[in-house]
Amino acid sequence: MGWAIALHGGAGDIPHSLPPDRRLPREAGLRHCLDVGIAALKAHKHPLDVVELVVRELENYPHFNAGKGSVLTSSGTVEMEASIMDGKSKKCGAVSGLSTVVNAVSLARLVMEKTPHIYLGFHGAEAFAREQGVETADPSYFITPENIERLKQAQDANRVQIDYTQPVQKEAKDAAATIPNGDSQIGTVGCVAVDSEGNLASATSTGTYANHLCAVSATGKGEAMIRGTVARDVAAVMEFKGLSLKEAAAYVIDQVPPGNAGLVAVSSTGEIATVFNTTGMFRACASEDGYSEVAIWDSPL
Amino acid sequence: MGAWAIAVHGGAGVDPNLPKERQDEAKRLLTRCLDIGISALRSNVPALDVVELVVRELETDPLFNSGRGSALTEKGTVEMEASIMDGPKRRCGAVSGLTTVKNPISLARLVMEKSPHSYLTTPGAEEFAKKQGVEMVDNDYFITEDNVGMLKLAKEANSILFDYRIPTVGTCGAAVDSHLQMNGLPISVYAPETVGCVVVDKEGRCAAGTSTGGLMNKMSGRIGDSPIIGAGTYACELCGVSCTGEGEAIIRSTLARDVAAVMEYKGLNLHEAVDYVIKNRLDEGKAGLIAVSKNGEVACGFNTTGMFRGCATEGGFMEVGVW
Repeated sequence: MGWAIALHGGAGDIPHSLPPDRRLPREAGLRHCLDVGIAALKAHKHPLDVVELVVRELENYPHFNAGKGSVLTSSGTVEMEASIMDGKSKKCGAVSGLSTVVNAVSLARLVMEKTPHIYLGFHGAEAFAREQGVETADPSYFITPENIERLKQAQDANRVQIDYTQPVQKEAKDAAATIPNGDSQIGTVGCVAVDSEGNLASATSTGTYANHLCAVSATGKGEAMIRGTVARDVAAVMEFKGLSLKEAAAYVIDQVPPGNAGLVAVSSTGEIATVFNTTGMFRACASEDGYSEVAIWDSPL
Repeated sequence: MGAWAIAVHGGAGVDPNLPKERQDEAKRLLTRCLDIGISALRSNVPALDVVELVVRELETDPLFNSGRGSALTEKGTVEMEASIMDGPKRRCGAVSGLTTVKNPISLARLVMEKSPHSYLTTPGAEEFAKKQGVEMVDNDYFITEDNVGMLKLAKEANSILFDYRIPTVGTCGAAVDSHLQMNGLPISVYAPETVGCVVVDKEGRCAAGTSTGGLMNKMSGRIGDSPIIGAGTYACELCGVSCTGEGEAIIRSTLARDVAAVMEYKGLNLHEAVDYVIKNRLDEGKAGLIAVSKNGEVACGFNTTGMFRGCATEGGFMEVGVW
C-alpha cells in the first residue's frame, strides 16, 4: 500500500499513425503532469489537492480538450465544465457552461467548499467565479487554431465529433473508410489519486466519482458515460459484486458500446486501473513502489 | 411479468404541522395524476409516454415545486430543471436553468429524442426549445404568491429553504404557526416539493422522470439532483426510480442509480433494494424515492418525515399517502 496516481488526456479513435508533431507534445504533457502529481504526493499533499493541481496543469495545456484548447460549440465558442470529488466525505463540486474561467476544476472545488450547493452552471457559475476572484480571461484565450479547424471539419461532415473521432478529410467525404493520418480529436482530461492513508480523490471534465473504495475519472462519449453511470458503476461493482478494481473497471467498460469510453481509477489500497474500449487513451500513472507509465495505445511507450 | 405499475411523488419531508386542508389538496392532486397515468396504462400507452404525461400534469398544477409553483432563486426568479429516462435502452434527456419553458419534462424528452446529446442547459436549452416549437411563457407565469412570501421568509432567516421540511426532534406541541427552524434546516409550512413519476407498462418497460424548481433562495445557476441521471432519475431494464429531498445528498449518493445497482449487482429485489439504499446510502442526508420494477412491483422509501406519494398496480392496489 502506498500512494498511486493516474491521469488521462482523453480516449478515442487515436490512430496508430498519429504523426510525431501531434503525439510528442501530448506525451510530454502527460509526463509533465504525472511528475507534478508525483511530487505533490511525495510532499504528502492530500489527494484532493493533488487532483486539482494536476487537472489545472492539464487545463493549461493547449493540446488537451480542457481549459485552453477546449473544443468548440457549434457557435465557435468555448463552454467548459469540470467536477471534483473527495472519496472519504463524498463531497463534490461541479461547474458547467464556463467561458472565461481559466481553471474550471478550481471553480468546481470552490463550489464544493464555499457554497451550500454542488453544481453551478453558466451565468451563476461565472458570477460566482467573479465573487471568488478566480483567474478569468477573455473567451478568445481558450480558442486554438487547431480547434477552429476541427470545428470546420465537423460542420462540413455535419456531425458531432466525440472526444477522438477522426476528422474527415475534405477529399474523402465518404468518411467511413478513410482514417486520415492526421489530427485526431483531443479528449477530456482527468486525474485520480490515493495517498498512503487510503484517502481518495478524483477530478475531471467528464465522469467523476470517488468514495472510500476507489476514485474514477472517465472519458469518451459523454452521452454513453451518462447512460452508463460509468464512474459510479466501477465503485458499485466493487462494493456489490466484490470485484477488484481492475475487474470492476474492465466489467464496466465492457458494458459501454465499443469505441465510446475509457477510464483511469485508483483504489484505496493503491491499485491502478486504466481501461478503454477505444483505439487509444492518452494516459499516465505511477505508484509509490516506483512503477510509472505513460501510454497512448495498448502497450506502454 | 406483464403487469403495469405506477408511482408519483410530490416531494419528501413534510411538516407534521401541515394543515389538513393542504394535505388533502396534495392528496387530491396525487390521486388525479395517478388516475391519468392509470387510464393511459390501461389504454396501452408506453411507460415513457405515461411518465411524461403525468409529470406535465404535476408541473402545470401550482401546488408542488415544479413548473408553475416552482421555488424561487435568490433573485426571485424561477429556474427549472428536469430529466427523463427510458429503461429499455437507457436513453435519457435532461435540462436545467429553464426560465420560459412551460413543461421542462417535455423539453428533457426532446433533448433525448431530437438532439445528439443527453443534457442541455441554459441558454442553449432555451434556444433548442424555441427551435422545437415548445410552449414558452414569461418567467412570471411560474411565480406564485405563496412562493414570493416564502422567499421573503427564507431571506429573513438568511438561509436556504429546502424543498422539504425536516422537523427537529420534539416538535409535538410546537406552535402551529412556527415557520422556520434555525438550525440549518429551516422548515416552512407551505413549502412546495419536487415531483416525479415512475412507470412500468405491460411489456415490462420501465421509465422515470423528475422535475423541479429546486431550492428556495438558491444561487442562480444552481443545479440540483433532479436533472442528473443516476442521482434524481434513473431507469434501466430492471427498474425506474425518481428521488426527492436534499439534492446534494442525492447527488453524492447517486441514489437512483444505486437502487438499480444493488438489484443488478447484489441480486436484491425492488423492495429490498429501496430499503437498503435508504438505510445505507444517505449518511446524514434526508431523501425519499419511488420505484417500479419490470415485474410490475412498486415501492417507495424515505428517511424524512413523510413524502407526498401515490402508487397503483394493475392488480388493483392503490394508495395515496403523506406519512
